[in-house]
Amino acid sequence: MVDPKLRHRFEALVEFAEQRRIGSGGEVTTLTGDPTMLDVLQGFVHELRTAGLPVSMTENLDAMRAVEHVPLDDRDTFKAALGATLVKHHGHAKVFDTVFEVYFSMFSPGVDGADTDGAEGEADFEQLRQAMEASGAMGQVSNEELARMLLDALMNMDREQLRMLASAAVSRYAGMEPGRPVGGAYYLYRTLRQLDADGLVEQMMGQARLDDEVGEGAFDERLAREDFEGRLKVLKELIEAEIRRRLVADRGVEAMARTLRKPLPEDIDFMHASREEMHQLQRAIYPLTRALAARLAQRRRHRHHGTLDFRQTIRHSMAYGGIPIEPKFKRPRPSKPEIMVVADISGSVASFARFTLQFVYAMQSEFSKVRSWVFIDGVDEVTRFFDEADEIGEAIHRVNTEADVVWVDGHSDYGHAFETWHDRHIREVTKKTSVILLGDARNNYHASQAWTLGEIRKRARRLYWLDPEPRGYWDTGDSIISDYAPYCDGVYECRNLRQLQKFVADVVEA
Amino acid sequence: MADRFASVDDVIDRLRDVAYLSDRGIGGVVFLADRLEKPVLVEGPAGVGKTELAKAVSGVTGSRLIRLQCYEGLDEAKAIYEWNYKKQLLRIQADREHERDWETVEADIFSEPFLLTRPLLEAIRAEEPIVLLIDEVDRVEIETEALLLEVLSDFQVSVPELGTIEGKQRPMVFLTSNNTRELSEALKRRCLYLHIDYPDLEREKDIVRVRVPEIDDALAEQIAKVVGSIRNLDLKKAPSISETIDWARTLLYLGRNEITPEVLGESLHVLLKYQSDIAKARKELGVEAPAAARK
Repeated sequence: MVDPKLRHRFEALVEFAEQRRIGSGGEVTTLTGDPTMLDVLQGFVHELRTAGLPVSMTENLDAMRAVEHVPLDDRDTFKAALGATLVKHHGHAKVFDTVFEVYFSMFSPGVDGADTDGAEGEADFEQLRQAMEASGAMGQVSNEELARMLLDALMNMDREQLRMLASAAVSRYAGMEPGRPVGGAYYLYRTLRQLDADGLVEQMMGQARLDDEVGEGAFDERLAREDFEGRLKVLKELIEAEIRRRLVADRGVEAMARTLRKPLPEDIDFMHASREEMHQLQRAIYPLTRALAARLAQRRRHRHHGTLDFRQTIRHSMAYGGIPIEPKFKRPRPSKPEIMVVADISGSVASFARFTLQFVYAMQSEFSKVRSWVFIDGVDEVTRFFDEADEIGEAIHRVNTEADVVWVDGHSDYGHAFETWHDRHIREVTKKTSVILLGDARNNYHASQAWTLGEIRKRARRLYWLDPEPRGYWDTGDSIISDYAPYCDGVYECRNLRQLQKFVADVVEA
Repeated sequence: MADRFASVDDVIDRLRDVAYLSDRGIGGVVFLADRLEKPVLVEGPAGVGKTELAKAVSGVTGSRLIRLQCYEGLDEAKAIYEWNYKKQLLRIQADREHERDWETVEADIFSEPFLLTRPLLEAIRAEEPIVLLIDEVDRVEIETEALLLEVLSDFQVSVPELGTIEGKQRPMVFLTSNNTRELSEALKRRCLYLHIDYPDLEREKDIVRVRVPEIDDALAEQIAKVVGSIRNLDLKKAPSISETIDWARTLLYLGRNEITPEVLGESLHVLLKYQSDIAKARKELGVEAPAAARK
C-alpha cells in the first residue's frame, strides 16, 4: 500500500543522513565537503541564473560558505542562508522559492516552520514514517472520512495532520502517472476539485458557527472568513508542494525546474500579462514612480548651487575674524517639473493601456503637476479622474466609462487625436513641460499629422514616446512609428518593467 | 570568525529576551552575519522592525549602537570624518607669533586633535564591542553609496592625511532600506540580504503579548486578526507593528476586552493615519464612525 515514490524518498533521506553522520562527528555538517551536495548546490545556483537571477561569483562563494554554518536538517535556516546570499531583490524571492522547492524538496517532508532542532534528523524520519503509514492506512478510509479529517485538521489548524492529508489526497485524487507529460497545475486542479476546495471555506464557516466560535455580526463573519481563506491557502500550498515533490521524483530535478521556469517580474510582457501578473506589476510600479519622483526632486535640489549670497558669507565670516572661510550660496529655486501624459487606450493596446493608466495614477499621486489625456480617435483629459479617485480601480473604471475618446468609429487615429490635442493644449506646453506619449502608433492608415509633434517638441522641455510593441514589429503593417520618431527626444520600447526602469533612468539623466 | 551566538536558536532566544520576536529567517541571517562577518542589508515595508532589529542585536550582545542616519546630501564629511578647520584656523593664528615653519604647522593641524570623527570612523576606531547601524541607506545618492563600500567590505577607511585606518574588530553591521530606489549591485554584493515582511498572524500575536504583557490571549489574537485583515486592504499606509502595539495599549487603556465594530470604530485612527484609509477600512469592515464624529 505504501507509495513507492515515498519509499524512494525515505531511502534517499536515510542514505543522505548516513553520509552526514560519518562526515560530521557531532559538529556542524560541512555540506560542501560532500561532493554530491556540492553538485546539487551548484546545480541550484545554475538554475537560478538560468531563471534570470543575477548571481555573481562572490555571491555563489558566499552561499557555499554560509551553508557550512547551518545544519541541513533545519530547512528554514538552510533556506534563509541560501536566500540571504544569493537573492538580493525581493522581487526575485518567488522564483527562488520555486527553485528551492524543486531542488531541496527531498531533504525534508516540507513543513515550513516545523520545530526542527536537537534530534531533528530523527524527527524527520519519524514524521515521514508516520506519513507513509498514514498514506498506507488511508487506503481503507472512505472519501467522506478523508473529507471529515481534512475539515477537522483545518479547524484545528494542525499543520502536521494537514500535510499528511494533503499527501493522501494527492495519492487518491490527482491520478498521477509516471512519465505523463502533464504540468503540476493539472494535478492540482484535479485534487482541489475532488476535495471541493471552493466549498471548504463555507464548511469551515458552518462548523465554526456550530461550535459557537464566530459571532453574529458582519464584522466577525468577515474576520472568520479571512482566517479560513488563509487556512485553505495553506492547504493548497501543501498540496502543491506534494505534487511538485512527486513530479521531481518522477522527472528529475532539472526537467522539473525547466517546466516551472517563469519570467521574472521585471520581464513580464505588459501586453500578455495574466491577471495575477498584472497585480504584481501594479505593486512594482509604485516604487518605480516614487524613485522617479525622488530622483527628479534630488536633481532639482543638488543640480547646482545658486549664486553667492554675499550678505550671509560676510555675516558668517565674523566668527573667524573677518576671514570669509565658508562661502554661502543662495538656495536654488527650481521650478517643479510638469509632466503631460497622452495615452492610447484603444483595443490593440488594451492590456498595455491598463498598465499605462496604473503608471499615470502612480505618477499623479507622487507629482503634483501631472496632467493626463487618453485617446482612441478622439482625445479627452482624464486628470480629474485620477485626482479624485481613492484607488486605481475606480479611476480606471471612470476613464473607461466617462472619457470621451471616440470621434468617428472608435478605431485608433493618432493623427486626429494629436491634431485635436495640439489645437486645445499647445499653448499650455512650456519649457518646463515633459510630454510622454504612449501607444503602438498603429494608425489604421490615417494621416499621421506628425507636424503636431514637431510643434510640441519646439515648445516642450522633452518629448518621449513609449511603444509597447517589440522593436521588430515597428513600422510593419499600419504602424507608423518612424513618422513620429524624428520629433521625439527618445522612442523607447516599453514592454516590461526592466525597460520602463531604463526609461526612468534615462529621463532622470537627461 | 566572531562567535557572538552559538546557534540560530540562540539568536532567536536571546532576541526574544529583549522583546524582539524574530523567526528562523531573521535568526538565520543574523547568525550568518556573525559567522561570515558580513553586513546585513535589511529591506521591507516601513514599520516592520528593521531598525529595531539592529537595536535588539546590540542589546543582546552588550554592544554600543553606533548609528548613521542617511539622508539626501549626506557626504564624507558627515559620514566618515572631517577636519575641524575652525580649530585649525585658530591654531594657525595662535602660531603666528612663534615663527614656526609650515611643515611643523601642517603636521600639527592635520593630527588627531583636529579630527572630527563621524559615525563610520567612530565605529572603526571603537575599542569596545559595537553594532553599526546605517539607517535608510536608500536615501543617499547612488554616488555616495560608494563611500560605504570600503567600510562594508574591509571595515577600514582611508583618510588622505593619516593613511588607512583599519578596524580593530569586526562589528555586526546592519543597513536598512525602505526601497525608495534600487541600491547598487556593488553594495548588495557585499551584504547578506534580509527581507522582513509584515508578520503572520501567529508572530504578530506573540509580538503583542511580549510587548504588552498585561493583555490576555484572546484579545491579542483578535488584534492580530483585525490588523492582518486591515493590511489586506489596498491602503496608502498599512498599519506597522508599532501601530499594532499602540493599538493594543489603547484598547487596554480603554478597558476593552473584546473588539467589536464600535470599539474598532473609535480607535481606528491609532492604526491608520490617512483619512482616506480610515474611510476605506470603515467601509470595507462594516464599521461605523464613532458617534462624536458623525455629528
